[in-house]
Amino acid sequence: MSMVPLSSYLILSAVLFTIGVLGVLVRRNILIIFMSIELMLNAVNLALVAFSREFGSADGQVFVFLVMTVAAAEAAVGLAIIICLFRNRKSVNVDDSNLMKW
Amino acid sequence: MEIVVFAIISVVATVCAIFVISHRNPVSSALFLIATMVSLAILFLTLNAPFLAAIQIIVYAGAIMVLFLFVIMLLNLRKDEFGPERKRAQRFFAILFGFLFLILIATAIDVGLSTVGNPEVSTTKLAPAGVEMLAELLFTKYLFPFEIASVLLLVAIVGAVVMAKRKL
Repeated sequence: MSMVPLSSYLILSAVLFTIGVLGVLVRRNILIIFMSIELMLNAVNLALVAFSREFGSADGQVFVFLVMTVAAAEAAVGLAIIICLFRNRKSVNVDDSNLMKW
Repeated sequence: MEIVVFAIISVVATVCAIFVISHRNPVSSALFLIATMVSLAILFLTLNAPFLAAIQIIVYAGAIMVLFLFVIMLLNLRKDEFGPERKRAQRFFAILFGFLFLILIATAIDVGLSTVGNPEVSTTKLAPAGVEMLAELLFTKYLFPFEIASVLLLVAIVGAVVMAKRKL
């Protein structure tokens, strides 16, 4: 069975991360910006798992496990913030909520 | 075998990721994000991490994305509320700097791999083999972060309820 080299996984991870960065930069819909952040977290997870196999240790997998925990917590709190924001501004456009306080 | 799977899955994951950020409707974006996560789960399987593949599907594609879809449903957006997207010049510069960023990471990967060199283990290793080793690490070396993670989840639950509830 032929192995895919580590560099291929890292490049795929970099491409996915860049797409996530682009999503944050280009889109105005706060939900899609949030999804782009999840995409970036996933890209980093892929790199960690690839390293974990390359070095033959499970430490990278533990990191991925913890990243997923943090991502779940972040999603819950972030979506609660989005609901709050929508209740106050009646919009999901980030340009409509560019002031900390009014 | 692994190369074929990797080639197909990487294309699927990249295309779905591009659809996530280019699709107008947030529901379609969420569905494409689920497709990306499932394809990453398949990559985890080929990387000898079956437990993480399962967690990826259960927690990410299951729990988190269902939460996303619930919120999209709760906000009940109409078409006109999506708002205009960024201006042309802004999009152009975003894509330009995105590509520069990609080149930066690719260079860093290249330099890093060539200076560190490919580790000797890479030819012999057939992976840490899954769940047992992960569990052992999680309850010995990484016990403290593991416990902290549970506190983090508790705080997140309380925070989400406090913020999303209209009246406490």
